[in-house]
Amino acid sequence: MTSDAIEVQNLTKTFGTTTAIDDISFRVGAGEIVAFLGPNGAGKTTTIAILLGLIEPTRGRIRVLGRAMPQERQAVLSRVNFSSPYVALPYDLTVDENLEVFARLYGVVDRRTRLRSLADLFEVAHLWTRRTGLLSSGEMARVNLIKALLNDPEILFLDEPTAALDPAAADTVRSLLVRLKEERGITIFYTSHNMREVERLSTRIVFLHDGRIVADGAAREVVQQYGKKDLEEFFVALARSGHQGLS
Amino acid sequence: MSWGRIWALNLRQLFLMRRSFARITDLFYWPLLDLFFYGFLSLYLGTEGRVPLLAGVLLGALILWDLFFRVQQAISVSFLTELWTRNLINIFVTPVTLAEFVVAMMLWGMIKISITATLMAAVAFVLYQFNIFVLGISLVPLVTSLIVFAWAVGTAITAVILRYGQSAETLAWSLAFLFQPFGAVFFPVSVYPPWLRPVLLIFPLPHIFEGMRAVLAGQPLPSPQLVWAFGLDAIYLLGAFAFFAFMFSLARRRGLLLKLQD
Ligand SMILES: Nc1ncnc2c1ncn2[C@@H]1O[C@H](COP(=O)(O)OP(=O)(O)OP(=O)(O)O)[C@@H](O)[C@H]1O
Ligand SMILES: [Mg+2]
Repeated sequence: MTSDAIEVQNLTKTFGTTTAIDDISFRVGAGEIVAFLGPNGAGKTTTIAILLGLIEPTRGRIRVLGRAMPQERQAVLSRVNFSSPYVALPYDLTVDENLEVFARLYGVVDRRTRLRSLADLFEVAHLWTRRTGLLSSGEMARVNLIKALLNDPEILFLDEPTAALDPAAADTVRSLLVRLKEERGITIFYTSHNMREVERLSTRIVFLHDGRIVADGAAREVVQQYGKKDLEEFFVALARSGHQGLS
Repeated sequence: MSWGRIWALNLRQLFLMRRSFARITDLFYWPLLDLFFYGFLSLYLGTEGRVPLLAGVLLGALILWDLFFRVQQAISVSFLTELWTRNLINIFVTPVTLAEFVVAMMLWGMIKISITATLMAAVAFVLYQFNIFVLGISLVPLVTSLIVFAWAVGTAITAVILRYGQSAETLAWSLAFLFQPFGAVFFPVSVYPPWLRPVLLIFPLPHIFEGMRAVLAGQPLPSPQLVWAFGLDAIYLLGAFAFFAFMFSLARRRGLLLKLQD
């Protein structure tokens, strides 16, 4: 037994002739906030989808919360959750209707209390009866996060959680994520193209390029190790150098 | 199998229907138009003494056909709704199983048709003194086998949409109508050329509608027809489940659940 929240061994995913993920292995410990970085098309979303059982891997072994994915999908999915601004909740229902449906899908007991406390936490009580499609992107992101917290997940998978948010809204979301980690010891595995955010939020970065991991470690250490000024500079250098990595 | 999750998926459809004028009218508009058209037509044919019995047969066939088509459509459209609103990812990262998802769609077909069928039966009775319940106890097995076949067709169409995305969505409105001319719905199997008959009889619909015509003609419900209908139903339903499971695993291998929505 390990206390790893996520364990990926020799994961490969090919779509026809495209190799999206090329033999990657990594672990994420419980309570870590790991930023999964890499240029467009590196394979980040694909990896998250595989961890959630939405995509079947071509090869490799995956364990989430100690259980095999996708074989033990149901047991895993009741204890994790996912959110991305690119995967909105149905626009044709009101916020409370959407959240009620998902609370039921996650088998939340005491739905009313839970929804109320999350509404207060995210300051969206005033949007409760509004149609989801009418929300601004920032409001939508917060409602999405409420959905992602309904089942009190032990791991939160977030695909570009602050994309499309104004700086203030993004900051609010980051503070909430930090709070979740501190108060509940939640594990967060997320992607982002905002390097300042990554420096502020993550305990560790995993850098993916062309489906391979080319750097893995605490942001500050990785930046230092490669002699770069900051993560932004590191990202640009690494993205351009290709998967040989920096020398 | 969790009924809580199955109910949650149906609740989502109910919420949607409640706030969509188009979806509420859809429940009544077409069924009622059909009923008016065929009702008056069969009144004309019946009262002039032209074709005895035809009136009742046409109306009965119409109501049962509508039942079949609406159940199938409700299933396919409930799936399309999740596709249109990009909700499949949200749903499939919850602990919902594939079986629960399919059962939820079938249940939704039942919920919708119960509302429409009640209305249609009432209107047919008031306007045409056509009492569908004269079919009495015979109605139950006929309708049951009809609904099971509608589940099978709806599930199969959904599987195709899962694989080919919105470009296949027209199937939701068109495929079932293939059975209208070839399902012996409004006329008996004996109308078809002899070489075609065995081909048609591999589907449950001709058996069901032959059964209905027998009952309307005052005969008892023919049991061979019923056995055929249910036997074929079982085969098609299991086939549809297997097909859906196969298409779903294909979609997961190709990453379609994420791409379908783009
Ligand atoms: N279903 C699919 N079929 C074929 N190719 C796919 C599929 N999904 C992803 N790919 C390809 O796999 C590679 C990785 O894509 P992925 O979406 O994981 O990248 P990403 O790191 O999330 O990029 P971005 O930062 O742009 O979101 C890309 O080359 C993409 O074109
Ligand atoms: Mg991505």
